[in-house]
Amino acid sequence: MVTRQVMFTFPSELVEEPLIYYLGQKFNIITSIRRADVSENKGWVVLELEGEEKDIERGLVWMAGKGVRVDPVSGDLVEG
Amino acid sequence: MSYATALRCRKCGHEYPLKPLNVCNFCLSPLEVIYDYKSMTKAISQEKLAEGPFTMWRYKDMLPVESDAVDIGTGFTSLVKADNLGRELGLDHLYIKNDGLNPTFSFKDRVVSVAMTKAREFGFDTVACASTGNLAASVAAHAAKAKLKAYVFVPASVETGKLIGAAIYNPVLITVDGNYDDVNRLCRQLVEKYNWGFININLRPYYAEGSKTLSYEVAEQLGWRAPDCVIAPAASGLLFTRIWKGLDELAMMRLIEPVNTHMFVCQATGCSPIVSAFQAGSLHVNPVEPSTIAQSIAIGNPADGYYALRVARQSGGGASAVTDEEAIAGMKLLSQTEGIFTEAVGGVVIGALKKLVASKVIKKNEVTVAFITGAGPKTQDIVADTVQPFNIRPTLESLEEVLNVPA
Ligand SMILES: Cc1ncc(COP(=O)(O)O)c(C=O)c1O
Ligand SMILES: [Zn+2]
Repeated sequence: MVTRQVMFTFPSELVEEPLIYYLGQKFNIITSIRRADVSENKGWVVLELEGEEKDIERGLVWMAGKGVRVDPVSGDLVEG
Repeated sequence: MSYATALRCRKCGHEYPLKPLNVCNFCLSPLEVIYDYKSMTKAISQEKLAEGPFTMWRYKDMLPVESDAVDIGTGFTSLVKADNLGRELGLDHLYIKNDGLNPTFSFKDRVVSVAMTKAREFGFDTVACASTGNLAASVAAHAAKAKLKAYVFVPASVETGKLIGAAIYNPVLITVDGNYDDVNRLCRQLVEKYNWGFININLRPYYAEGSKTLSYEVAEQLGWRAPDCVIAPAASGLLFTRIWKGLDELAMMRLIEPVNTHMFVCQATGCSPIVSAFQAGSLHVNPVEPSTIAQSIAIGNPADGYYALRVARQSGGGASAVTDEEAIAGMKLLSQTEGIFTEAVGGVVIGALKKLVASKVIKKNEVTVAFITGAGPKTQDIVADTVQPFNIRPTLESLEEVLNVPA
């Protein structure tokens, strides 16, 4: 089991879909939300994921495929 | 002994010991070094500081280090009264803080000097970073001085010129195939796997503090006062927040009057998540895909964006973004009025300043400091069009013919 900290950014058309629930169910990932702000037209969620490395990787690819932007929590690591 | 007491979460206030750690376990927000300012105030005076070396390390007592610094001669760069440029833009009291004058030609030497010192204190024998240029060079140079092993990861697409700027110091230089996101992903895996001092990741709270010396110097160089307006660029936003923190600390220690500085943040239009959030009145910085020639500040998901945004707002400052064309015009203007050759980021600063003055957001009589954070030769190809020489035969006639001078 590994943990991964990520930020999801949801476009307006996805705000009402329970994607984080499906992420947990489909990929056997435990999701723990730490910070979030979701309104009608957009939303972001900062959370910690716990699961098998492979499942997390696949889950994040699935999320991105749904149209959710996935970013590392501590910002981009590659600097100028 | 430093006066640093702990790391504290900027969001929820949870405190942690001074260890290599950069995010809060609870809310996953960035951690920041806090100090015992009471004792620090007792120990520091303008007179004492004036006796220190002419480097950033004259402010050692205000930095979180316990040992001798890994110092390659960084800081105390010149603050130039820019009357020609001021006249051009419409400012009576414009100063340029020229931080391209540092040993590896950018302000990154300030942050890396502190982070490398901490790496050695924490007992790391290996340090690492991922960078497209400035950070890579600075980490490689400081690792050479500190005699630590350095792994420097660079996207394979980076130009040879920039690789040389790091390679000359002989780090383990690794070019990574794939796009920017791929390199980010690899770095995250490296952080989890290896017990290295990642200069801008697990050492980030210490790294950040190095930038405070920029505002300490400016205040001292102005005769112990804060500017009315500051304009500085943002990538992750960290530099911008620490310029503000530095001024705030000086006022807290009564080394200067209470600060009323308006902080203006600037970015390139092709990568302006912080400026866009400011202009939209938003509290959250939405990540973007970068596309700009100002590569040193092309960070789409800025770690400290929210805090930079807050500084711009709370200080009664502002935000401005400029196109690549405006940035190049800014580079040329600074060179041709003040004789200072900056990299594209400096062009962004000058371009943004021009707009802010034209729209009277920054006013004519305000003491304004523009932070130029990197030197021009690193990205000189982008202004190659300035080379338009007169070509002559080696005779006086040929010269006079071309220049049209009467004989
Ligand atoms: C020349 C230059 N200026 C400014 C910055 C911005 O730094 P920060 O990430 O602290 O906002 C960078 C960062 O890479 C840089 O290389
Ligand atoms: Zn916290």
